[in-house]
Amino acid sequence: MKYVTEYRSAEIAEKLLAEIKQTVSKSWNIMEVCGGQTHSLVKNGILNMLPKEINMVHGPGCPVCVTPVNLIDKAVYLALNEKVILCSYGDMIRVPGSGMSLLEAKSKGADVRILYSPLEAVKIAKENPDRQVVFFAVGFETTAPANALSVIQAHHEGLKNYAILTSHVLVPPAMEAIMSDVDCRVNAFLGAGHVCAIMGMNEYYPIAEKYKIPIVVTGFEPVDLLEGILMAIKQLESGVYKLENQYKRVVESEGNKNAINTITEVFEVTDREWRGIGEIANSGYGVKEKYRLYDAIKKFDINITGGHEDPTCMSGDIMKGKIKPNACPNFGIKCTPAKPLGAPMVSSEGACAAYYHFHSMANLIEA
Amino acid sequence: MILSCPLPQLDFDVINLGHGSGGTLTSKLLEAGVFKLFENDLLNKKHDGAVFELNGKVAMSTDTYVVSPIFFEGGNIGDLAVNGTINDLAMCGAEAKYLTLAFVLEEGLKMTEFWDILLSIKTASEMAGVQIITGDTKVVERGKGDKIFINTTGIGKVHHKANIDISNIKPGDKIILSGPLARHGIAIMSERQGLKFESNITSDTRPLNDIVLSLLEQFGEAIHFLRDPTRGGLATVLNEIALDAKMGVDISEREIPVDEDVRSACEMLGLDPLYVANEGLFIAIVEASAADELLWTLREWEHNTDASIIGEFTNDHARQVLLKSNIGGRRVVNMLAGEQLPRIC
Repeated sequence: MKYVTEYRSAEIAEKLLAEIKQTVSKSWNIMEVCGGQTHSLVKNGILNMLPKEINMVHGPGCPVCVTPVNLIDKAVYLALNEKVILCSYGDMIRVPGSGMSLLEAKSKGADVRILYSPLEAVKIAKENPDRQVVFFAVGFETTAPANALSVIQAHHEGLKNYAILTSHVLVPPAMEAIMSDVDCRVNAFLGAGHVCAIMGMNEYYPIAEKYKIPIVVTGFEPVDLLEGILMAIKQLESGVYKLENQYKRVVESEGNKNAINTITEVFEVTDREWRGIGEIANSGYGVKEKYRLYDAIKKFDINITGGHEDPTCMSGDIMKGKIKPNACPNFGIKCTPAKPLGAPMVSSEGACAAYYHFHSMANLIEA
Repeated sequence: MILSCPLPQLDFDVINLGHGSGGTLTSKLLEAGVFKLFENDLLNKKHDGAVFELNGKVAMSTDTYVVSPIFFEGGNIGDLAVNGTINDLAMCGAEAKYLTLAFVLEEGLKMTEFWDILLSIKTASEMAGVQIITGDTKVVERGKGDKIFINTTGIGKVHHKANIDISNIKPGDKIILSGPLARHGIAIMSERQGLKFESNITSDTRPLNDIVLSLLEQFGEAIHFLRDPTRGGLATVLNEIALDAKMGVDISEREIPVDEDVRSACEMLGLDPLYVANEGLFIAIVEASAADELLWTLREWEHNTDASIIGEFTNDHARQVLLKSNIGGRRVVNMLAGEQLPRIC
């Protein structure tokens, strides 16, 4: 696998680690924004290899984790209607709602289908003209182009029975929300590589400038992460703060124009509630008026407000980087992937699941 | 491999409820499809059960197969149902001798599909040298099943040199994995998702009895334990053994064989090969002093050239599986939580 194997090289990783150890002189908190990066750090055992001065703080970049419980309740409500085929990415279906998850709805007879692409949902809509097909469109900027494309495709084919239940969230406003928190202790960010592959880097210059914080757009392989950490440490140790790109083989500064055009054709920026964090202004995408027929919220009469969270779930503090997953008293006891209290224990990108799957309860890492 | 016997004249092109009624349609289906195809002295008696003699230590195992889709690259539910049970017996150190065969068919199953499955069962059982000696056929209404479910129960004699028992495992024992991981699960997933990769990834479903019995003949009690990492994959099986043996397991990511095409597919599908199902693999936990020789012997078999010593048992970190990553970090490998891939076998 060219462009992959070299980023998993033990030899290069070792050199980068040695350089990190040589460079670091004081304690730093570095937040990797994306849940994919969290998983790679834990899965490759990198957290245990870093010098103790470097504290990796796990960010909110798991779309499944931040999808509000109210929206899951709406998805469950739609799924339980026998005229509806509710399609979703796999991760979403085990996330607990106020009453039940989509998986529980499925066991009660709801037609819930796990898909890899929203275009498959369009195909299902075409094949089932007497049913309403709803795709649960969650994700950051990375999944937005495909979700938008599904709307364009359905519109193009004149389908009247396809809609998306959208919960798109955006990375830059979340980074700003974290930095604005008075308790914030983040000294540098590893930017989310795949989000930047779509959107480019321009949105991040003002953040680095305003909060005087280094941001290194970083990939997901072990060598990427170690290099990103090294670049951040070099900035921190020399007192500079700028936007850098470690993930040059994928991320171009202007992003992917076609993808951006597809997004802006269908979506507009709106305020959004983040599960565990609260409402953040201009932090998500909603479907434009032009495509309102494909917006499940507008298309169906769903009278569900609020939502019930387990009050003992600490996912908000975990996603803001205030505590580590294994410092939560419920971790691994009342809350496991098989019976999660909150979304970060479910999603393959959730920090709690990463710690649960790859960490000992008896702690290879200090809480 | 599927035999090319022609479909017998059965008057219907799909299964209907009458085929499970016990009446003439059942009888016709069994005569043409089962008794003729699998004929042997015990089955030919067409009694409610089979009567036979088995002396000495005997192993018995049962499994039900609900895989979806029923046909996939490298096999179908039929050969899976034969190989799966034969392999469970092999993991007990036993050579499967007889199988029972029970079908739950859904009304509407195409007769041609049923016939292809029967032919695969015939081929698989002949290849493994087992006889099907009794069975059952039921039909459920459309929508109450999913084409076909199969149960097989196997019985076989335990090899005289075999002493497979979890209590035999001791610190320092080596863990040998017989071949590359995750082929079966990925073959099913790519079929299910309609994904096509550069090369077709085929299931690894195959009988393990010959290999295992020949290893037992040669290495006897140096083989302390055997398991096939089917559902839940290697990670789940190692965790189960670590728990039961009350010992720790250390494995090295670098030593775990995964074919390049399977690795790419896993990454695309977001799956960890450690948790993906296998159907033609086993792990042998063996005396450290015999491990190298056993590995070289195993590698002489056609499908086991990539066999590898992937780790060992230890007194440290009891009940926990630790993996050394490719870049030298260490992490815990937990048991699969929930179901990564439903209806994989």
